[in-house]
Amino acid sequence: MSTAADVARLDGARSRSGRSAVWVRPERVKELSLLGVIVVALLVFGFLVDDYFSGRFFNRVTTSVAITAVLAVAQTMVIVTRNIDLSVGSIVGVTAYLTGQFASSNPSTSPAVAIAIAVGLGALLGAINGVIVAYGRVPAIITTLGTLAIYRSWLISHGEGRTITADSLPSWVVDLPTRTVFSIGGLDIRVAFAVVVVIVAVLQIAMQRLRWGRRLYAIGSNPDAAAQAGLPTRRLVLGAFVACGALSGFAGFLFLSRFGNITVVAGQGLELDSVAAAVVGGVSVLGGSGTLVGAFLGAVLIDVLDQSLVRVPQVSEFWRNAILGALILAAVIADVVVGQRFQRRWSAEARPHTKVDSSTDAPDTTKVPALTAPEQSGERGMPDA
Amino acid sequence: MPEWARERSWELLLAVILVGTIVYNATQSPVYLDVDNFVNLFRLSIEKVIVAVAMTFVIINGEIDLSVASVMAFAACVLAAAHESGVPFGLAIVIALAAAGSAGLVQGSVVARTGISSLVVTLAGLIGFRGAARILLEDRSIGDFPDWFGNLGRDDFLGPMPFALVLVLVLLLVGGVILHRTSFGRRVYVIGNNADVARYSGIDVARVKLILFTTSGLVAGVAGVLFAARLGSVRANIGEGFELDIITMVLLGGVSIFGGSGTLLGVALAICIVLNLRNGLGLANVEANTQTGVIGALLIVSVLAQNVLDRLPIRRREAEA
Repeated sequence: MSTAADVARLDGARSRSGRSAVWVRPERVKELSLLGVIVVALLVFGFLVDDYFSGRFFNRVTTSVAITAVLAVAQTMVIVTRNIDLSVGSIVGVTAYLTGQFASSNPSTSPAVAIAIAVGLGALLGAINGVIVAYGRVPAIITTLGTLAIYRSWLISHGEGRTITADSLPSWVVDLPTRTVFSIGGLDIRVAFAVVVVIVAVLQIAMQRLRWGRRLYAIGSNPDAAAQAGLPTRRLVLGAFVACGALSGFAGFLFLSRFGNITVVAGQGLELDSVAAAVVGGVSVLGGSGTLVGAFLGAVLIDVLDQSLVRVPQVSEFWRNAILGALILAAVIADVVVGQRFQRRWSAEARPHTKVDSSTDAPDTTKVPALTAPEQSGERGMPDA
Repeated sequence: MPEWARERSWELLLAVILVGTIVYNATQSPVYLDVDNFVNLFRLSIEKVIVAVAMTFVIINGEIDLSVASVMAFAACVLAAAHESGVPFGLAIVIALAAAGSAGLVQGSVVARTGISSLVVTLAGLIGFRGAARILLEDRSIGDFPDWFGNLGRDDFLGPMPFALVLVLVLLLVGGVILHRTSFGRRVYVIGNNADVARYSGIDVARVKLILFTTSGLVAGVAGVLFAARLGSVRANIGEGFELDIITMVLLGGVSIFGGSGTLLGVALAICIVLNLRNGLGLANVEANTQTGVIGALLIVSVLAQNVLDRLPIRRREAEA
């Protein structure tokens, strides 16, 4: 529902009405309500658990958020193009393991080299996904369900059950999680967390302001219209998968430094967390809508739950997945409700210019965006394909 | 090329591949052609096969159900938890099946009523119902089922075939008739082809989807209960990752991931190919995890091959006609 309107609004808002429209957008509403949910969750846990708010808790959450948030953002870049990457967990496993292997056999290696290896390897695996999806025309869910199994089984046969141990790694890798940039009133801001926040901020601006970012949204909003408007859709989708792979590779490096001991099953299941964080963060799996900041907040909520449930006496950590599943469902249903509200308001506002399909009994999202995507590329000038 | 062969070109290709796999496996291992080995290769994956039949309907309908493996585990854990708390075993089975059916019903009503993509709804189900299974059993393992239940999973039921295999044959037969010979089956195809057209033709799209998802949940529940019978004990993590094999079987069978096309015959052939492949790789001492990688590659190739085949002149002429 919101997919069509989002893109129309993002491009049209400033030029047409210029009023409050820029701020009262579904993304802002979603982000703010998610922030509200996080605050409520913290208050509830604070009520249930003694000594809940502590510097240690803050460190635990931010350390694990650093990994989940990178993956959530990576996943979002693919999802906005109406694709999905289920192989991110396997990419994290492969990059963490191979980077660990490299670092332990070359103890004098520098951080730059190790990170470059992790990111490059991730980008390569992402490129394999992207080529199969964009040029082989195999749906992303099929492709990445396949590569999820392929990458993992390659890693298992390559690793032969050996474990990378923290002792064998250069000390700077193992020390990284406890390195602090600065402290505010007893709360340490760790290096990894700070770097991830910067990455999220930069990518958010890029997705919002750069032509490349806008085009990813246009493709997700309506792939056919984007292709007809002359966008190089295949290249852009490939690019999104490479970016997702590269970020997952970086997450693999963070995973290595956080845990030190890496087995061949490292990172298993992280793909579900990344999709969950994105969806809870208001990213539409139908593509074309959602922000990286939202996905980041989704990751924060998931990690707050993860780190808190173990400490609540009434429930156990076994409740984690059940709550997560319910959260996803709640988020998508809320998404539909918010989307319909906005759609109704906008169609009332924009009636003189655009006819919005008012048949509310047929909420078929895939049909509506046809109106908006060509309009968008028109405003952005001629594509370079 | 005769008309029927052109229409069934994918099934023909599958049949050729199947014969090829069987011949190759037979040359690799002398025990391969034993009846026991054939029954055995079904026995070890029978739960996936049961679920694949229901999944065929869901995917032809243009939807997907990622939650099946979790619903299987959920049903098995409900069964185990009920048994543990002293519920009579027959009643425990009924409760487990009802729980699985409701799991499907809940997901189906969200998909049908709100129009939210089944991908994300059943992803929530994949995580959520696995979570429900964890809440029930935590990290315990529950066994001690009645003898007849264990025998149901292990012993021969009809000739050399265990109960689950007989059930699969019945399901394939009944499913094939419903899908290809009834008006309900036609509706499943029409909706998969174009849900809007179906709606404007007066088909109750929401009802069909609700029925399919509920059935999918229920069938996954049956599979979960039979899985418990075969394993003899239940943990919360059973069946993790089964959705890969299940979806591979359906898509390799020529069912389009976009809905609207595919046959149960194709899926039956694909099931045989996947099982033979795993069995053959097993006999050739290929590790289980490498087999999983091969299945993953097969999944991608099965869709790639359909894309390539669609561009061949004979298919194109047919599409233009």
